[in-house]
Amino acid sequence: MKHEIIEKNIGIMIVLIILTISGGFLAEVVPLFFQKSVNEPIEGLEPLSALEQEGRDIYIREGCSVCHTQQIRPFRAETERYGHYSVAGEFVYDRPFLWGSKRTGPDLARVGGRYSDAWQRQHLYDPRSVVPESNMPAFPWLFEDRVDHTATEAKIRTLQTLGVPYTDEQVATAAEEVRGKFEIEALVAYLQQLGTVISETR
Amino acid sequence: MSTFWSIWISVIVLGTVFGCWWLLFATRKNQTTDTETDRTVGHSFDGIEEYDNPLPKWWYYLFVATCVFSLGYLALYPGLGNFQGLLGWSSTNQWEAEVQEAEAQYGELYAKFGDTPVPELAENDDAMKMGQRLFANNCATCHGSAGRGSLGFPNLTDDDWLYGGDPDSILTTLHEGRNGNMPAMGTMPNMSNEQVDQVVNYVLSFSDRERDAEAAEKGAEVYAQACVACHGPDAKGNQDLGAPDLTDDTWLYGSTYDWIRETVVNGRQNQMPAQGDRLSDDQIQILAAYVYSLSN
Repeated sequence: MKHEIIEKNIGIMIVLIILTISGGFLAEVVPLFFQKSVNEPIEGLEPLSALEQEGRDIYIREGCSVCHTQQIRPFRAETERYGHYSVAGEFVYDRPFLWGSKRTGPDLARVGGRYSDAWQRQHLYDPRSVVPESNMPAFPWLFEDRVDHTATEAKIRTLQTLGVPYTDEQVATAAEEVRGKFEIEALVAYLQQLGTVISETR
Repeated sequence: MSTFWSIWISVIVLGTVFGCWWLLFATRKNQTTDTETDRTVGHSFDGIEEYDNPLPKWWYYLFVATCVFSLGYLALYPGLGNFQGLLGWSSTNQWEAEVQEAEAQYGELYAKFGDTPVPELAENDDAMKMGQRLFANNCATCHGSAGRGSLGFPNLTDDDWLYGGDPDSILTTLHEGRNGNMPAMGTMPNMSNEQVDQVVNYVLSFSDRERDAEAAEKGAEVYAQACVACHGPDAKGNQDLGAPDLTDDTWLYGSTYDWIRETVVNGRQNQMPAQGDRLSDDQIQILAAYVYSLSN
């Protein structure tokens, strides 16, 4: 085929470009849509409670994922520090996933249960009071502001529509569950469940 | 992966490699040398023409090498659907090998102390050096690098124990963790403000702190209803429940009137996270000995 033909027919060129760049996508991404290991939750994985889900939204709002990843890679240096490496089935209910791409702070994929609730609160109120060399910002407003419960039900219902197995009852009681709670309670509840489905951390 | 997707991937990957190969040869057709020619591609803009020279040879062979390399890579490593590659490499295998290697290298260091009783281990300098590092990595975030704790996080150096300071209790605390729970207003949820004031003054009297003596006297009655079940009639606490001794000078949450009032009104919840599935048994043995040594 002569270059000239392609270069002078923009239609053919578009088709050929799409064909060329879709090769990687078709081979590396499309098959994952149909893999059990990616689509099916690991044993014991439950959808987040309404309070944890609100905590997750606070986590997103405060930009935690900018400095903290939630993905432990299969290297000894990581599994020694953080626990068992992350597997795809842990994230099937995450919309969007919060794997992050940069670690200014440590990975949080298995931070659940690692510290007490009191430590988490203390640390979020004033990080340097428990970790003197920390450069994490403080989040004192989480202790004053209450969770906005008006959108909770809609959020849970949206997730249900997207295939997260919430029961109708969970949707109906979602707003009640978070009403009047402080934001710090929601965030700590979210942090304390992270990665706890795989308890074997060594 | 199902056979369909395995074939799907293999066809696309190999198709791409051979497609590149074909493209390389097809576009080189009619260009048998890599010497400069005076042939042009045939267009002219403002008198500027473009030579139709072939790709330099070294560049051409780099492309050929890329195609050969990719085939070699696909033969050795997983890349074609379910075919695992001749080397049998996987990221999980590599991780397991790394872990085993480390276990072989470091496991013995811990294992040689794993069976030594805690008090004996606490006398061993080597073990205590290791213990100190384990402590710094795993415990210091809450208990402080010197083990002195802070508000809400117990001091481990004062030989005053919520759950017991004998080797077995320390081991249990490390392996299984602890959950401390003081309910708000103890066992008397309908305590009035006046009664709260009385019982706080009564608690202050145990360690002879400044107090309202009259209120403290009345507080004894409230204490008997609200607090005695866990803290005991002599207020010496109960290590089975993690209920602290109220008569000594150790205060996890502050010893002033306001702090104690806060504790009585809202209760206290605290956890020591379990370390049993984070650290090996040998490591926990060494750590227990280190914690034991802080007070002994």
